[in-house]
Amino acid sequence: MFLLVFCRLHSRYHELAPNLVPMDYTNDPDCKVPMQLIINMPELTENPFKERIVESFSEAGDGNLSFNDFVDMFSVLSEMAPRELKAIYAFKIYDFNTDNFICKSDLEQTLNKLTREELTPEEVNLVCEKVIEEADLDGDGKLAFADFENMISRAPDFLR
Amino acid sequence: MKRKLTTLKEAHEFVDKFEGSLGKGKGKKFYAYKVMMQKKWMKFQRDFENFRTACIPWEMKIKEIESHFGSSVASYFIFLRWMYGINMVLFGLTFGLVMVPEALMGKPYGSMPRKTVPKSEEATAMDFSILWDFGVSNCLSLYVVAICYFVHFMHFVLLDHCESMSTHILSWVTADPGQPGMCIFFVFKGFSQYSVLFYGYYNNQRAIGWLKFRMPLSYFMTGVGTIAYSFMVVIRTMANNANEEGGGDDTSFTFSWKMFTSWDYLIGNPETADNKFASITTSFKESIVEEQENRKEENIHLTRFLRVLANFLVLCCLGGSGYLIYFVVRRSQKFAQEGLDDYGWWERNEVNMVMSLLGMFCPMLFDVISALENYHPRIALQWQLGRIFALFLGNLYTFIIALLDEINLKLEEEAIVRINMTIWEASLYNGTVAENATAPPLEVDPAVVPRGPCWETMVGQEFVRLTVSDTVTTYITLLVGDFLRAVFVRFLNYCWCWDLEYGFPSYAEFDISGNVLGLIFNQGMIWMGAFYAPCLPAINVIRLHVSMYLQCWAVMCCNVPHARVFKASGSNNFYIAMLLVILFLSTLPAVYTIVSIPPSFDCGPFSGKHRMFDVIQETLDNDFPAWFGKVFGYASNPGLILSFILLMV
Repeated sequence: MFLLVFCRLHSRYHELAPNLVPMDYTNDPDCKVPMQLIINMPELTENPFKERIVESFSEAGDGNLSFNDFVDMFSVLSEMAPRELKAIYAFKIYDFNTDNFICKSDLEQTLNKLTREELTPEEVNLVCEKVIEEADLDGDGKLAFADFENMISRAPDFLR
Repeated sequence: MKRKLTTLKEAHEFVDKFEGSLGKGKGKKFYAYKVMMQKKWMKFQRDFENFRTACIPWEMKIKEIESHFGSSVASYFIFLRWMYGINMVLFGLTFGLVMVPEALMGKPYGSMPRKTVPKSEEATAMDFSILWDFGVSNCLSLYVVAICYFVHFMHFVLLDHCESMSTHILSWVTADPGQPGMCIFFVFKGFSQYSVLFYGYYNNQRAIGWLKFRMPLSYFMTGVGTIAYSFMVVIRTMANNANEEGGGDDTSFTFSWKMFTSWDYLIGNPETADNKFASITTSFKESIVEEQENRKEENIHLTRFLRVLANFLVLCCLGGSGYLIYFVVRRSQKFAQEGLDDYGWWERNEVNMVMSLLGMFCPMLFDVISALENYHPRIALQWQLGRIFALFLGNLYTFIIALLDEINLKLEEEAIVRINMTIWEASLYNGTVAENATAPPLEVDPAVVPRGPCWETMVGQEFVRLTVSDTVTTYITLLVGDFLRAVFVRFLNYCWCWDLEYGFPSYAEFDISGNVLGLIFNQGMIWMGAFYAPCLPAINVIRLHVSMYLQCWAVMCCNVPHARVFKASGSNNFYIAMLLVILFLSTLPAVYTIVSIPPSFDCGPFSGKHRMFDVIQETLDNDFPAWFGKVFGYASNPGLILSFILLMV
C-alpha cells in the first residue's frame, strides 16, 4: 500500500519537470526541482504561504526540493501526520527570518499574507501585539517554539 | 521458569489478538479487509456530512455573504431561512387539511349561494378598476415613502465592490416593477373571494365527501394547531440557543488562533480562496472591534448621564408618536361616521400617510439619539431594534382598531340583510303556499340569492392586502433605495461636481434592523390572518422565497460592508424573543374574535352556530362515546384548567 502511494508521488514529482527528474534512482542522482515549479502545483497554488512551505522543507533553504524533501513535505501536510510534527513544521513556516523565533515582524508578514494587506497598519499593529500578549510565556517579546506549541495544542481546529 | 511461562503466554495472547496487523498468520487478510472497510466507512461518513451540508438550502449564498459582510448581516439571512421553514410547515397544514379537502370533496363552485359570485358583483368581478379602490391610497403612500427614503441621510463610507455591478446593471436596466404589482391587487376581490382561498367559501356541512371528513372541525383545529406549532417551535429554539450561549466568549488565544489556524490548506479553487481571504479579513476586523471596545476608557458618570438623557428623549418621541396615532385614528373614525365623500384625499388617507411618515423619520431620529449613548455596536443594534419595535406597535394598534370598527359595521349590515332575506323568500313563494306550512326547497339560481356581508372574508382580505402591499413596498424601496442609488453613484460620478462615492449619497449599507423588524411584523400579520384566509401561509412562502434571492443579490451587488464590522451575538435569541412577543400579541385579536363575535349566518364553516368554538362541543356530543363527553366535562372544570396552566408556567 505504501509502495502505491510512493509511486504516485513520484509520478507527480516527475510531472513537474519531466526532463529534469530521472525515472531511475539506482545511481542515487542528485536533482532538485526549482521552487517556481513546485508552488504552481494545484494543491499549493492558492496558499498564501506557499513559498515559505517549500523553503522550510528544502535542505538548503532556497526552495529547491529533491525527491526526499518532496516526500517529506507531502507526508507532513497529509492528514495522517502526528500533531507534534505538524506543529514543528508550522513553526518553521511562520518563522520568516529563520531565527527560530517568531518575532513581531514575522507576525506582521503572516498577517499581511493572510488578509492580502487589507488591514490598516494600526490594525496590524494591534493584532500582532495581542498575539504576543496572548502566547508569549517567557516575556521576551517573541514566540519561541515552546510558546507556539503550547498555544497551538489548545486550538480546537488545528488540523489541515 | 514460571515467569518465563507467563510471559510466553502473554506474548501468545498478544500475537493472537493482533495477528492481522503483525502481518503474519491467518488473520492478515481479514485485518487488511477490516482496515479497508474502516477507511471506506470514514470516507462515506465524510461524504455524507458534505452532502448533508450541501442540502441545507442557500448555505453557500449565506456563507458568501458572511465572508464579505460579517456575521451580523449573515444572521439576518439565517433568520429568514428559519422563518421560511416555519412557514412551509404552516402552509403544509393549511393546504393539506383545509384547502385540499374542500376543493376535492366539497360542493363545487356555483352550487351554493356562498360559493358563487352574486349577480350584483358579476360585472365588476374581473374589472381592473377594482384595484383602484384598494390600490390608490397604498400607491400614493408608497410614493411618499420613496421620496422620504431619498431624503434619508446615511453615514459616509468608502466605496467597495463596484466591479460586479456593471454586469448586473445591464440586465436590470429595463426592469419595470410597477405594472405587475398592480395586477396582483385586483385578484383579491372578484373571483378569488369566492374560492378556497378565503373563509367565506367553506360550507358548514358537518361531514363532506366519502371520507366523512369533518370540515368545520378540521378548519378550527388547523387554526389552533398553527398557533400551537408556532409557539412550540419558537420556544424550543429559544431554549436551544440559550443552552449554546452558556459556552462563554472569553476563550484565550483568540488572536493567535485566528492568525495561525484560520487558513484552510485544502483550498485549491481561486474563487474559494477569494472568499476565504475575505472571511479571514472580516473575522480579524470583528475581533479588532471587540478588542477596541474592551479597551475604551470610560468616564462612567458622563456616560450614564448621556444614556439616561438619550432614553428620556426616546420615550418622549414614542409618547408623542403614540398620541399622534391615537388622535389621527379617532379623527378617521369621526370621518367614517360622517361619510367620506365630503373630504379630500388627505383626510381619506390620513392614517396611512401618518403611519408611513412616522415609520420613515422616527428610526432616523433614534439613530441620531443613539450616537449619544456610545454603546458597543451589537448592543446599539439591539436598542435600536427595541425602540423601532415599540414604534411599530402603534401601527399594530391602529390596524386592529380599524378592523374592529369594520367588523362592527358589517355585523349591523348583516342584521339588515337577514330581515331582507325573509322578505325576499316570502316574495318568491308569493302566495302558492299557506303561511304557516313548511315550504319545499326552492330551485333558485345561487347567484340571485341576496348575500350577507361576510365579515370574516373581509378580515381575511384586509390581511392579504396588507401583506401584499407590505411586500411590494419592501421590494420597491430595495430597488429604488439601494439599486438605483448605486447606479446613480456609479455612473454619474464622472460628471458630478463632488465625489459621489465618498460623500453623499455613496453606497448603502445593509439595514439590519429595518429588515429584521419587517420580517417579524410580516409574520405577525400572517399569524393573525391565517384563520380567516387559508391562502396566507402560501402567499408568505412565495414571498419569503423571492425575498431570499432578491435580497441576496441586492446585498452582494449594491451594498457595502459596515464601517465597523461586529460579530453577531452567538445565537439569534434577541430576534426570536421579539418574534415570541409578536406571536403572543397577534394571537390575542384572533382568539378574541373567535370567542366573542358570532360567525356570519351564510358563509364559512361555522355559519349558523352561536359561537365558533361550538364545533368542538358538537363533535364531542356526536362523535365520541358518551363517557368521553362526561370526562371532558369534568376535566374542563375551570379550577382544574387553571391549576394546569399555572403548573406549565
